[in-house]
Amino acid sequence: MNPTPAAAIEFVNVTYRINGNRTLISDLNLSIRRGETLMLLGRSGSGKTTTLKLINRLLAQSDGKVLVDGRSTTDWDVIRLRRHIGYAIQEAGLFPHYSVEKNVALVPRLERWEPARIAARVREVLQLVGLPYGEYSDRYPDQLSGGQRQRVGLARALAADPEILLMDEPFGALDPITRAELQHEFLELKRTLSKTIVFVTHDVAEALMLGDRIALMDNGKLKGVFAPAEFLRSPDDSVQPYVNAFRATRQILNSGA
Amino acid sequence: MSLPEFLAAHKREVLTLSGEHLWLVGVSMLLAVAIGVPLGIALSRRPALRSLILGANNIMQTIPSLALFGLLLPVPWIGARADRLAILALTLYALLPVVRNTYTGIAGVDAPVREAAVAMGLTPRQLLWQVELPLASNVIVAGIRTATVITVGVATIAAAIGAGGLGEFIFRGLAMVDNNVILAGAIPAALMALCADFVLGAIQRSLVRRPLRIHH
Repeated sequence: MNPTPAAAIEFVNVTYRINGNRTLISDLNLSIRRGETLMLLGRSGSGKTTTLKLINRLLAQSDGKVLVDGRSTTDWDVIRLRRHIGYAIQEAGLFPHYSVEKNVALVPRLERWEPARIAARVREVLQLVGLPYGEYSDRYPDQLSGGQRQRVGLARALAADPEILLMDEPFGALDPITRAELQHEFLELKRTLSKTIVFVTHDVAEALMLGDRIALMDNGKLKGVFAPAEFLRSPDDSVQPYVNAFRATRQILNSGA
Repeated sequence: MSLPEFLAAHKREVLTLSGEHLWLVGVSMLLAVAIGVPLGIALSRRPALRSLILGANNIMQTIPSLALFGLLLPVPWIGARADRLAILALTLYALLPVVRNTYTGIAGVDAPVREAAVAMGLTPRQLLWQVELPLASNVIVAGIRTATVITVGVATIAAAIGAGGLGEFIFRGLAMVDNNVILAGAIPAALMALCADFVLGAIQRSLVRRPLRIHH
């Protein structure tokens, strides 16, 4: 094993343009450490989801390099790369014609694991996201609540035990109570699993609560990477609006109490 | 002679012509599905082809069937036998609903489902067979159902070029100005269309997205 903590994911001078002209990401340099949870924070259209999709090559950069485990994503076999990276999104994207069990088993099955190993893993990973196997394995996505679907989506992303997990506003569509519940469980999970997680959000509070570091994006550019405490203290102009919004909410809450 | 009497007297002929009719429809539908489904899949992969192929198909539909039978007559091998000609024409008519529904069904798969599938590392082939086709299957069968019912009807025209089928009775009845003879062709054809509609409808309902079952 290499003793130096090599970056799990690295962006080197990455630019992404669509149709050759509109630039969605410009000259991005970002190194994501192994085992950390990096929050990509920004408004809609800031390029955070685009950045996420460049990691598993759902999108291909126009210029520069994206390295996963030290290897350029263009050198990876794209199918191998994607099965090596878990992916959870806001709408969960569960297969409506698959039961919970079959949804979660997807990647292990594609990877041709032994059936017994798949069954054990499905059980384990459903337990991990708080869904008892006996009660949920036979259900179909349309028999689940939004929060339960998100949990299944997370279980599916974790099933093949990938070292990297990409999450695109996974809790964005949930009601506030369910969201808070899942955020807390996410913190637990993150501690026990120690995976490299890249998490897209537009919610400052979520970024501060869940992230080890926060990468702030604006208009296709990376404005800086901050630890949560640094973020709150940062005099940076692009950070200020977020901190102010966060403080304003806090104040209203405190004055009401 | 009343209609039941006529049918009783011509039982054998009714059966033979019904058999011919079934054969014309069956072979045409098999061909239409074998060509139409892959074509619909190709359209979902290359949207640029969409207006071209669906347009060409739409134009097909506007050609009166009798004219189409006539137009295909000079085609070598096909034009040599009436049943080949009829099958080709019927296949061309049946193609549009099959192609269009295959395309529509695949295009109707939710974007997040498709995105998750790709992101999980499904190959394009796995995406097609494990996600797109199963989720589109009831829409595809709906297209096959429409096409089959239309084909049962249009196939009666095939008798005009001597390809046989229940149209024989209809054309003969028209020439004889005898409603019983017309009905001897029209009623079995209508029953055939209703049966096809019922059976394919049942298949379609069994393919609704989530199988309705508590346990498997």
